[in-house]
Amino acid sequence: MNARAALAVTFFPFHGGVHPPEHKDESSGSPIVAGPIPATLVVPLHQSIGNMAKALVNVGDHVLKGQMIAAADGTVSAAVHAPTSGRVVSISPQRVPHPSGLLEYCITIESDGEDRWIDRNRFDWRNADGRAIRDYLRDMGVVGLGGAVFPSHLKIGGAKDGLDTLVINAAECEPFITCDDRLMRERASQVVEGIKILQALLQAREVLIGVEDNKPEAIDAMRAAIAGCDFKIEVVVVPTLYPSGGAKQLIKLLTNKEVPSGVRSTDLGVQCFNVATVYTIYRAIEHGEPVISRVVTLTGNVDRPGNVDALIGTPIADLLAFAGNKADSDSYIYGGPMMGFEIPGTDVGLSKAGNCIIAKSSGLFPAKPAEMPCIRCGKCADACPAELQPMDLYWFGKSKNFGKAQERNLFDCIECGACAYVCPSNIQLVDYFRFSKSEIWAAEKSKKAADQARERHEFRQFREEREKRERAERLAAKAAQKHDAAAASSDPADAERAAKIKAAMERAAAKKAEAAAAQVAADPITPLDPDATAVPVAEAVSAPAPEPAPVSQLDPEKAERIRAAMEKRAAEKAELEAMSPEEKAAREAEKKAKIEAAMAAAAAKKAAKAAEAAKAQGDQADGPGA
Amino acid sequence: MNTSPFFIKPTPLQVVMFKVALALVPAIAVYTYSFGIGVLVQITLATITALATEAFCLKLRSYPIKPFVTDGSAIVTAWLMALSFPPLAPWWMIVVAAAISIALAKHMYGGLGQNTFNPAMVGFAIMIVSFPAQMSRWAAPFGVLPQSLDWSAQLSWIFTGHLPAGLAFDAVASATPLDTVKTQLMQHASMSHIFQSPLFGAIGGIGTEWITAAYLLGGLYLLWQKLIPWQIPVTFLAVLGGVAGIFHLVDPTHYTSPLFHWFSGAAMLGAFFIVTDPVTGPTTPLGRVIFAALIGLLTYLIRVFGGYPDGIAFAVLIMNLAAPFIDQYTQPAVFGRKGKQKKAGAQS
Amino acid sequence: MLTFTLAIAIMAILAILLGAVLGWAAIKYKVDEDPLVDKIDAILPQTQCGQCGFPGCKPYATAIANEEADINRCPPGGEDGIRKLADLLGKEFKALNAENGEEKAKAVAVIDEDTCIGCTLCIQACPVDAIVGAAKHLHTIVSSECTGCELCIAPCPVDCISMQTVGETVSTWKWRYPVIPLTVKAAA
Repeated sequence: MNARAALAVTFFPFHGGVHPPEHKDESSGSPIVAGPIPATLVVPLHQSIGNMAKALVNVGDHVLKGQMIAAADGTVSAAVHAPTSGRVVSISPQRVPHPSGLLEYCITIESDGEDRWIDRNRFDWRNADGRAIRDYLRDMGVVGLGGAVFPSHLKIGGAKDGLDTLVINAAECEPFITCDDRLMRERASQVVEGIKILQALLQAREVLIGVEDNKPEAIDAMRAAIAGCDFKIEVVVVPTLYPSGGAKQLIKLLTNKEVPSGVRSTDLGVQCFNVATVYTIYRAIEHGEPVISRVVTLTGNVDRPGNVDALIGTPIADLLAFAGNKADSDSYIYGGPMMGFEIPGTDVGLSKAGNCIIAKSSGLFPAKPAEMPCIRCGKCADACPAELQPMDLYWFGKSKNFGKAQERNLFDCIECGACAYVCPSNIQLVDYFRFSKSEIWAAEKSKKAADQARERHEFRQFREEREKRERAERLAAKAAQKHDAAAASSDPADAERAAKIKAAMERAAAKKAEAAAAQVAADPITPLDPDATAVPVAEAVSAPAPEPAPVSQLDPEKAERIRAAMEKRAAEKAELEAMSPEEKAAREAEKKAKIEAAMAAAAAKKAAKAAEAAKAQGDQADGPGA
Repeated sequence: MNTSPFFIKPTPLQVVMFKVALALVPAIAVYTYSFGIGVLVQITLATITALATEAFCLKLRSYPIKPFVTDGSAIVTAWLMALSFPPLAPWWMIVVAAAISIALAKHMYGGLGQNTFNPAMVGFAIMIVSFPAQMSRWAAPFGVLPQSLDWSAQLSWIFTGHLPAGLAFDAVASATPLDTVKTQLMQHASMSHIFQSPLFGAIGGIGTEWITAAYLLGGLYLLWQKLIPWQIPVTFLAVLGGVAGIFHLVDPTHYTSPLFHWFSGAAMLGAFFIVTDPVTGPTTPLGRVIFAALIGLLTYLIRVFGGYPDGIAFAVLIMNLAAPFIDQYTQPAVFGRKGKQKKAGAQS
Repeated sequence: MLTFTLAIAIMAILAILLGAVLGWAAIKYKVDEDPLVDKIDAILPQTQCGQCGFPGCKPYATAIANEEADINRCPPGGEDGIRKLADLLGKEFKALNAENGEEKAKAVAVIDEDTCIGCTLCIQACPVDAIVGAAKHLHTIVSSECTGCELCIAPCPVDCISMQTVGETVSTWKWRYPVIPLTVKAAA
């Protein structure tokens, strides 16, 4: 449609941006239709940016529509639900919508055709505290539907004195995609209900709905729906310029605030939600419906392009058949043409991130011409919404000079593809950026692993040293004791002392057991000092003889080795018994203190790590959505 | 596997280069009108040599010949160089210069996009350093002197070094306006006396002022097409004019006006077509301004105080050396990192 | 004569001044560099496997720093690691010394729990304490800590430890280096 809505009076353009052909008319004309109920659904378990959800059902179980089939694992995660009623036929690695084409755990459900709902209840959010609401949304599987699939519950709460601006991302800047457009045209009032909930939860002083001017009908529908709101709310019409739907770009457009890199927008008093996410929040809270379907645009080389309310897990093949896939489609884009990726096959199940499926044909997407050398013309820098110098980053990525790339802020790149779109040399710049980023991540990971291994190795060496030293000291002490005993002969206090020693030994043993148990429970990963587990060791060794059965089956060399090991253990045990009880008690106390310190350190480390992870994910989630 | 973005804007390199060449056409027309067919001969010779050298180098380097020969970059290089040559220079000079610029300045550095120095200016500079006499032997534009060479005489002079009986090159030769001003001032002639020479028109040399005006026209076309960043020509001309203006105000008898500097020599050609070469210049917005400003300054200094009548070529080559350095220290602040930037580029 | 002494005096003063500047700069901009051993150790992969012939990464790093060992003796570090060492030490790159083993994909040890007799030999062999268990109790390997050094395989009396290659998963998958043929004549 060539109609353009009038632009808002005030908006604050971001740097760069491109205007690719929109291709929205193909799919925006007809209303959203309910998708097919496929015979089998393949529901991926990894449906948020965080941890994979943990399956709650077993193969063979019968599940109802909306039943939670996998629970969130940790804070940065979201639950997964059965999209329809049926039987779980497998929980196994399957191909998922991911550019790698690798397998990931999915729950395959054979639908029984009844589509029978589980009991649904409205959630009384007005009388619930923040934590309960967050847990509820997490358990409803609410994640950002713009493409980043960042768990929405993490965005709620936090700012105690309320939010300056709640930004609703309805820009839908990528070509071809019209699912948010149709959603706003047809379900504006429900979207606005969702906005009302969010406004109340976040105590936002102002709500701005950013829409590109190529969606005049949606703008009218939204304007009509917000009429009854009792807070400051406005539909801001921004020019059609990709990537205005990037979270940071839209926030800049609407509020003139530049979200600094590494900072969450919440810290600036701004929070951004995709319009489809707002809709699912409304459905989850007011109708008790978890996220089991989404509106997806089926377009490109198909007979009946349009928008479908499709169940999560619907195999892409079923959706394509529904839209009338043409014979000459050669591959399928998951997401938009600027940031999406080709799916490895049409057997993958729709995920919550899937806002659009484009059937590709050579007519619609001609093969890209051969890549020519970069002439540093700077067109990419002009187009870059992050104000980077893509030609330099390309150069560093190509020569694998990752340090330099990082120095030039590679990680501020949102991979929007504007640079590659304008490049006169047809260079696939974004591929180099993705490559550099994943290499840097992998290098950091292996560096961390190496550091950890070094630490553990050094600790082991330290421990071995200490044991050696202590053994030597003990032997020396024992020799001295014998000497003393010979000199002192029979003492009247001997009997009393012997009794005391016995009691102390018993106490020490009890303590030891307790400490060992505590450590094992606290963190099975912390290095186990064989002495700390001395109780089972001691028990085991004190058991009379090694079992002859396995030994007899072994060759003599191995049997010999085992015997040597047994003997060594026995010797160690003898040494332990030879220790004076005072020494033992002192060692125990020392050990216990050490264990406690280690436990505290581990807990602190874990907390720090969790905080870091949450922050990192928060940053990542700010990529441009649809 | 194909990766996003799945479509690209159809503005291939060839189109960019074609538009640059198109922008040169008005100037070539005016140039030929004023100086004769020699101009076209130089351009043709340069083009053929450049393309042949390009193809040869690509073959040596096992690169596909077709996409690179047809990308147009060699043609633009050849044209720019031919336009800075005297139209009546012997044929072998432009041939040698074109071969050097493509083989030495471009392919030895790694081909398209990899060269440190502007190839056209390398070719020109090597020839003016090696053959100063031939490179400063210009014929006067038509209509200035009573005698002039027709097309057959021009061809004969370029290719054989002989003129038809009854003609002597000295009878048609004339220094360029920049050269004239420089040598005359050295002989303590007054500025007004110099400008009374029939060689001079309203602001620059007769003929040359119209050629530079045509370059300006072509440059405006490139600006309109957004093929060159406006900062470069504007800064270059502003600094060149500004410095000239200061000297002119202080001592008008010894220093010519900014207008003269703008509309003489290769100022306009340089401003829109040479300084704007993206490969050999900085890419940051501030870097481009610094780059163009320093070229403007150096051009003036070389023109007025240096040993050569025009200074664009040397100024450009000197600043080509500094381009990576300028880039390193003028990295713009990235989205979300404004204000607290700095230091990032300082450590390498 | 006077000019001569003056010249000498100026030269002397200049020499003293410049010397002072140099001396000051040497103190002011003194570089406190990490000891070389630590830098080398930071490049080594810390598997502590001993394939280099030294009992761990640090001893090997020390030997390299003292020029007692070549830089191409670390199979887990691979070609990449040798390149980094060559860069650091300003040496020529060398191919991995075949006597020390070959570069393998990252793997972790896995104990077959049906066979394990709980002898603790592997626990004692593990350089990074990545095996937990006690005598007569089943042992298990903490795979996140396992460096893949294979040192636990030889001591096992019942051969219950095997190496399992760590495959790529969706979360560890890396974007590949973009390969777009620029030269049609690839034969070059």
